[in-house]
Amino acid sequence: MADARLTITVNGVARELTVPEHELLLDTLRDRLGLKGAKRSCDVQVCGVCTVLVDGEPVSACTFLTADAAGREVLTIEGFAESEEFAEFERAFADRAAVQCGFCTGGFVLTLKALRDAGELNDREDIIAGLDGNVCRCTGYKSIVEAAEAIAAGGSA
Amino acid sequence: MSVGAATGVTPERVGRSDRRKDLGEKIRGKAEFTGDLEVPRMLHGKVLRAELPHARIVSIDTSAAAAMDGVVAVLVGSELGEFNPRWGHAIKDRPILAIDRVRFQGEPVAAVAAVDEETAEAAVRRIAVEYEALEVVDTVAAATAADAPLIHAETVEPGLFHGLGDLPEEEGNVCYRYRLDAGSVELDEAEAELTVEGEYEFPAVYQYAMETHTVIADFGDGEVTLWASCQHPFLVRAEIADLFRLPIGRVRVIVPYLGGGFGSKSYTKMEPLTTALAWKAGRPVRIQNRVDESMLTTRRHGMRCRMRTTATADGRLVSRNVRLWLDTGAYADNGPRVCATAGDAAPGPYRWDAVSVDANCVYTNTSPAGSYRAFGAVHTQWIGEMQIDELARKAGLDPLEMRRRNLLKPGEPVRPDGTGKPLDADLIGDVERAAAAVGWDEPRSDSVGRGVSVGLLAAGAHPVSRASVRMEADGSVEVNVGTTEMGQGARTVMAQIAAQELDIDLDRVTVQGADTRFTPYDRSTGASRSTTLAGLAVQRAAADLRRRLVETAASRWGVEPDSLAVRDGVVEGAGERAGYEQLIEMRFGFVGGEVIGEGEVRPDRGSGSYAEGPVFWEVCIAAAQVRVDPETGRIAVERMATIADVGKAINPLLVERQDEGAVLQGIGNALFEEMVFSGGYLTNDTLLDYRVPRIEDMPAAMRGIIVENGDGPGPYGAKGCGEGAQAATPAALATALADAGVPMNELPLTPERVWRRINELKEGERG
Repeated sequence: MADARLTITVNGVARELTVPEHELLLDTLRDRLGLKGAKRSCDVQVCGVCTVLVDGEPVSACTFLTADAAGREVLTIEGFAESEEFAEFERAFADRAAVQCGFCTGGFVLTLKALRDAGELNDREDIIAGLDGNVCRCTGYKSIVEAAEAIAAGGSA
Repeated sequence: MSVGAATGVTPERVGRSDRRKDLGEKIRGKAEFTGDLEVPRMLHGKVLRAELPHARIVSIDTSAAAAMDGVVAVLVGSELGEFNPRWGHAIKDRPILAIDRVRFQGEPVAAVAAVDEETAEAAVRRIAVEYEALEVVDTVAAATAADAPLIHAETVEPGLFHGLGDLPEEEGNVCYRYRLDAGSVELDEAEAELTVEGEYEFPAVYQYAMETHTVIADFGDGEVTLWASCQHPFLVRAEIADLFRLPIGRVRVIVPYLGGGFGSKSYTKMEPLTTALAWKAGRPVRIQNRVDESMLTTRRHGMRCRMRTTATADGRLVSRNVRLWLDTGAYADNGPRVCATAGDAAPGPYRWDAVSVDANCVYTNTSPAGSYRAFGAVHTQWIGEMQIDELARKAGLDPLEMRRRNLLKPGEPVRPDGTGKPLDADLIGDVERAAAAVGWDEPRSDSVGRGVSVGLLAAGAHPVSRASVRMEADGSVEVNVGTTEMGQGARTVMAQIAAQELDIDLDRVTVQGADTRFTPYDRSTGASRSTTLAGLAVQRAAADLRRRLVETAASRWGVEPDSLAVRDGVVEGAGERAGYEQLIEMRFGFVGGEVIGEGEVRPDRGSGSYAEGPVFWEVCIAAAQVRVDPETGRIAVERMATIADVGKAINPLLVERQDEGAVLQGIGNALFEEMVFSGGYLTNDTLLDYRVPRIEDMPAAMRGIIVENGDGPGPYGAKGCGEGAQAATPAALATALADAGVPMNELPLTPERVWRRINELKEGERG
């Protein structure tokens, strides 16, 4: 199996990597870079716990080749947590107890950030449509929708 | 007033929706789950699972796998002769790896430890197993047929924690049987004025905790260390010690955060195999299931049930007769307890002249079934409540009125034979609130139905929990309690209880996960028991700590402890006052030391057995409004209301959030989730084929009502929650659908089934 040499900007830092061409972005992040915030669960792009942003777009890192991230910017939950913008997301989730086991939370937060950046987080309909690719087994979603509404309102303010 | 009690008349630091203690690290992606841990020299394990549902193993050839670069160990069942041959907390019926025979598709047959997961997976594919197929017994009907082959021919011992008294002898493939008899059902049925009866099917479903079962094991010199995604670390410790013939203290179980549990990580799952593989490899090994493997590791029991209920013409309930068969798969897992709980829940919380329940837990050649939120109650409540409604219709009564007349009142015996704990809740008040919340008396159109459901779930498991609370020299506090934080908010609630008892800010209190070497014993995290029992142990431990601090002050000041009070972390009285930090310094004459309080909960009387219990009856009440589309059979859940009858809500927001989650799991269970087995093979083992509720499945309106009557046995009158809503939701949906004119005897209520039923009923009208 051939290796690929590539550079990826992860959370604002350029990383030079040599990885097998078939390596998945989730494994690169977790095993090579020690970024454990993206989780593994369904492996088939349904559950969203492995969500990271590649050039601002949410992708399922469990089915995304690291090689395809070459020359691009990857943002994980650890990176987003360092930004000023993050405080608003944290407050929205905290006030509504929209976190339970926490396994899915990073994926929801990053998806919401991408939706808001794209101007696609304006109302409840947007929220329901935009979060269709993120599963949460604990919360029943209501608290997440409430948090998303607060984030949506914050963005338009 | 107890010694140095906090002076507030009512609790102030409990009953508040404080921010979750774990929120910051979870939302930042910093919270560690077992699969995030790296242990030095750790290998990665993969499991070869049986291809056939029932077969004799003719031969296993591991030579090609063992010869691969990067493979450290390959393990098969025949190498484990120096350990106990079988495990299982209820029935010891399960080998670590299959020996001679496989009993379900997916049963572990061999395991590989290698330098990385990819190598281990490649090696597993190189193991050659020759099977001789045996007759497959894939349903409870096939398994209970007169000539059915025995799935377990050998004699098996009871496990360490079945908790059900003397286990009855196995009869054929029935591994456990629970009977409940009171009065003469036959007599009452013969004279009944109104009778309803039917046969019902409940599907096997998957808990889908998003974090799959993950274990890291290190088998050192006569000592095992496990990092495990397990709900019950102390029970896992005891089972591993028993299985590998070690003293209990030589097994250490460390539990980080769990990515959901819901019962799927209760008792012992992947720990024996991971431990055995680490023993063979001589190095730490991690096994992390993929979703398809976790589905085959544990699931909810499918069930067949026949039920008959009778009443007088004016709607007084008379008798209920239940026979049910739970499909526990190839190994018992928690099936016996599920069976007993289903049997207990089957009569429903009503006054009966006669009841007969015959609940059977049946082996089949399918994957093992164990615990899942509200087990037993979720199985039978929807059936019992459908029959109550049918009788109400026959008697010309509103379903709510039918329940008002027949529901038990507080203090009445719940088990019809009069044993165990009497009713400890106001069910009539509760169900009226739920019904009102979905607009019970509002006019409705033909395609809209409303339903209520009422049930009880035996909660608390065995009442043994211990805790300690340590105050450091700087006044910071650590709560040591074995409760597993799996999302329910236990660490927050335990911290609030300690903060209340010590009257200090929540910020000063930390709560860690269990490490059995240091954490006081707690039976388990499940059965809605943690706030009630572990919470009571924490309350006692914190009060004990407070007492020690007050006594330090009293002896220093030469006064009686009773003359002192505690306020905001300060002990005062007799003209003196001192903060906790000052008291610790006074006690040790030095800026160091610590004070530890201990708390213990154990059975007040008797042995705390299942028959004497439960610790409390968890209330399972919901109301629903559904709209059914007759053209497609699709059900829209328009309104849902649930009751959290919690005695006292320590953190009200977390209580509401628990029940919202339970409602969505209940919707999944009722409307679309189903593990489909065909000839013993699981046919939908990915999340593409097994659909769990998504955000669009949220009801249009969902209301959680908290009832605080202070009638629980836990701290401040609290009792547990989080399961009741799950048992009640499918029942409320099924009764609501029946109210819309579509009674269904089979879950899930998929559009196809509902559409067929609607058309059958139309045919019937025409015919």
